[in-house]
Amino acid sequence: MPKDQGIGASSLRREDVRFLTGKGQYTDDINRPGQAYAYFLRSDVAHGTINGVDTTAASAAPGVLRVFTAADLEGVGGIPCGWLITDKNGDPMKEPKHPILAEGKVNHVGDPIAVVVAESLNQARDAAELIDPDISELAAVIDMRAAISGGPAVHTEAPDNICYDWDFVAENKDAVAEAIAGAHHVTTLELVNNRMVTNPMEPRAAIGEYDAARGEHTLYTTSQNPHLTRLLMGAFVLSIPEHKLRVVAPDVGGGFGCKIAHYAEEAFVTWAAKEVGRPVKWTADRSEAFISDTHGRDHVTKVELALDENGKFLAYRSTTLANMGAYLSTFSTCVPTWLHGILLAGNYTTPLIFTNVKAVFTNTVPVDASRGAGRPEATFQLERTIDKAAREMGIDPIELRRRNFIAADAFPYQTPVAVAYDTGNYQATMDKAVAMADLDGFAARKAESAARGKLRGLGIVHYIEACGIAPSALVGSLGARAGLYEAATVRVNPTGSVSVFTGSHSHGQGHETTFAQVVAEMLGCDEANVDIVHGDTARIPFGMGTYGSRSLAVGGSAIHRAVEKIIAKAKKIAAHLMEASDADVSFANGQFTVAGTDKSVDWGTVALTAYVPHNFPHDTLEPGLEETSFYDPANFTYPAGAYICEVEVDAETGKVEIQSFIAADDFGNIVNPMIVEGQVHGGIAHGLGQALLEHCIYDSDGQLVSASYMDYAMPRADDLPNFTVDHSCNTPCTHNPLGAKGCGEAGAIGSPPTLVNAVVDALSDHGVTHIDMPLTPSRVWAAIQAAK
Amino acid sequence: MQMQGERTIDAGRAEVWRALNDAEVLKACIPGCEELEKTSPTSFSATVTQKVGPVKVRFKGAVELSDIVEAESYTITGEGKGGAAGFAKGGAKVRLSDAGDGTLLVYQAEARVGGKLAQLGSRLVDGFARKMADDFFTRFQEAVEGSAGEPETEGDAPEEKQPEEKKKSWFRRLFG
Repeated sequence: MPKDQGIGASSLRREDVRFLTGKGQYTDDINRPGQAYAYFLRSDVAHGTINGVDTTAASAAPGVLRVFTAADLEGVGGIPCGWLITDKNGDPMKEPKHPILAEGKVNHVGDPIAVVVAESLNQARDAAELIDPDISELAAVIDMRAAISGGPAVHTEAPDNICYDWDFVAENKDAVAEAIAGAHHVTTLELVNNRMVTNPMEPRAAIGEYDAARGEHTLYTTSQNPHLTRLLMGAFVLSIPEHKLRVVAPDVGGGFGCKIAHYAEEAFVTWAAKEVGRPVKWTADRSEAFISDTHGRDHVTKVELALDENGKFLAYRSTTLANMGAYLSTFSTCVPTWLHGILLAGNYTTPLIFTNVKAVFTNTVPVDASRGAGRPEATFQLERTIDKAAREMGIDPIELRRRNFIAADAFPYQTPVAVAYDTGNYQATMDKAVAMADLDGFAARKAESAARGKLRGLGIVHYIEACGIAPSALVGSLGARAGLYEAATVRVNPTGSVSVFTGSHSHGQGHETTFAQVVAEMLGCDEANVDIVHGDTARIPFGMGTYGSRSLAVGGSAIHRAVEKIIAKAKKIAAHLMEASDADVSFANGQFTVAGTDKSVDWGTVALTAYVPHNFPHDTLEPGLEETSFYDPANFTYPAGAYICEVEVDAETGKVEIQSFIAADDFGNIVNPMIVEGQVHGGIAHGLGQALLEHCIYDSDGQLVSASYMDYAMPRADDLPNFTVDHSCNTPCTHNPLGAKGCGEAGAIGSPPTLVNAVVDALSDHGVTHIDMPLTPSRVWAAIQAAK
Repeated sequence: MQMQGERTIDAGRAEVWRALNDAEVLKACIPGCEELEKTSPTSFSATVTQKVGPVKVRFKGAVELSDIVEAESYTITGEGKGGAAGFAKGGAKVRLSDAGDGTLLVYQAEARVGGKLAQLGSRLVDGFARKMADDFFTRFQEAVEGSAGEPETEGDAPEEKQPEEKKKSWFRRLFG
């Protein structure tokens, strides 16, 4: 019988009570006394020299407190990039300044030029219309290939528009070339990983507030990681020490990666609140989000896979152009490198791997993490290429993958691309997916589709990702400018209830439920007695935030460690109460007992005694019951899984209909199966959105023309089938106390190549070998016509 | 985007050329034009209100005539700023040649928009620009030939059927 509490129970999401009844408290719901409103005037050209910005009329407009341009931001630093990439020559990446407001030049449509702070938002907007920026338009560079082939330079620091030119694994370069040159078969594929707008439901917002009497700043913001924002903004942009800067990220309506970065608007409102002596609020509208939130993906890649006559992978080489946009966002530089190159082994034993990545500046919105961040790009190119190789060599795509899987008994497995997988069983997840998919019936289904004039296709993928980001020592050696541990404080209150303070922010993932299940399981108490607090640097000891499917594996492990410390301390208190030795005290189901006796004391008594220590031996036992842990993982975690999709394509119209989508994931130990299933559903929908519908399009002048929901197609329920999801094939992570691997990004990583493989399979009789995403009817139809 | 077209106008080349350089004619023919003032022999300041899809914009900007070859060709370019809505830029190369008793007017026009107009209206802009160009030259033809009577000054009525009785061109009434 399934549990109804603790680890393994599908406890209902407690946060949904407020979300579903409209009682969530988002940043825009917060209004501070006396607040003023900021409106950002943004560039409507992609590239230009600012000759001057006349703010005279705007400054005199009704309700205007002040108008700011870059010249007013004296002493304010640029936005830092969080990850230094060293290029193939040993040189640091080119890191042009990313100013809060454009300095002398605008570099993308949406680049902020000036800010009006006024009594009301409408007054700020109206005044912004009176600002007359004198901008001489420059030729814009949008296409990456043009950018690196003599196109106009976005920054003088990078005249060839290359941020870095990165080789990995550099010492494998010649051996890979040799293996490819001498191989029985080489499959090549050129592909585009399409640019996406991340589109969380809640647009970004920020409120800055300054308490002049105490010299304290507060920022309310839509962030996935308030401590990271405090670190970046306090230390690098505004020079405010941590103890004078509080960052609150209240309820956040989805992040998906684009709320990791520290943004100009956050720094501006924090700084301006002191300048104008009033709280300053900014909320993006949807149009503004399209041109100011970081975008995702946008890689152009060429792959070569060398195979022997039996289909064994001998070597893999890829070259990628990765769009950085106009400035380096917080984690932008590590996405196409260390979150991408280290996954190119996939689930396979390929002995030789080499990739070259050139990060390219263009006159577009900065590109940064978006659900999966680098790992979807790695999986897409690898799994598409394997599929093409299978077709070219006449080997079943499942069989080809099986021949190359890392064997279940080969773990821990050191890949040729730096990382060592701790655990996995890829044959098992493939077996599971194959069983769920009824492949024996595929031929009949295909015939039935054909009878209706439709082309049916089958797509198979086995993905891997690196989650639980990340071991500080490892990422530090790779250029990360921060450690990527997580912190938690567990406070047992005098009546026995428990408050948990975690640095892992929840913006839809359900931490308030899942983390409470972990603590309740360990303490043998009711989940309702455990409260999870997150999103406020004033309440939480420290934190690195939520991204890279790290919350349970890293944040949950920090909580686990802190609860272990709590239990150890509670045992001392119990031992004191029962006049026993600490070592003889056991704890189970909320009861402390002494081995070999009938003595016992319950949790409530121990908790109360901790705060009413009337006869404590104070030299050996402190009052109170509160512990903090900083957990730094020993390795990444490596979730993996098999995805199978069936599609029907109408060759006359190019329309793709997804008939079924099956996911068999290995996430290690699972705390809440219902939440995991929901995360997988969301991830698959996200990935299928990229594969079928979503496309961020700039015209040649750098205007973002797919910048509203009239032109940017988000997936809707009727675009998607019912998903069949399984997570019974779990190999627990070996190096964290929960055995958890992470599940938030898997669906977005595995589903795009699955869908494309299925469509290409459907069209293979027509001679189609590849179609770039999104697989819109017009692209599919054009591919059919081109192959004729 | 780029557009081209041609019209045969039932008037002599000199008359057509004069109309092409006349602020009143241009004002009447630019759809949505509220103001057009000559600031030099070849430039004008202009205010034009237009609705592009969901965005209603009042553009303020300048119209310039360049590459002028008397009675034969010129380039007319316009650039307008619409505040928060963004900007629009456009132009047309216009060439005249004799066509029997009338004049053949050939144009190649291009238009681009930026900012919110591009964000919200991209799929509408091509059609919009085509209609703008079409409306302009339709009105121009009517202004010169007189089939349209007094041209509309609002931007949305060029397709309305005009009275069948052919009036004298208002341009001809003014100038001869």
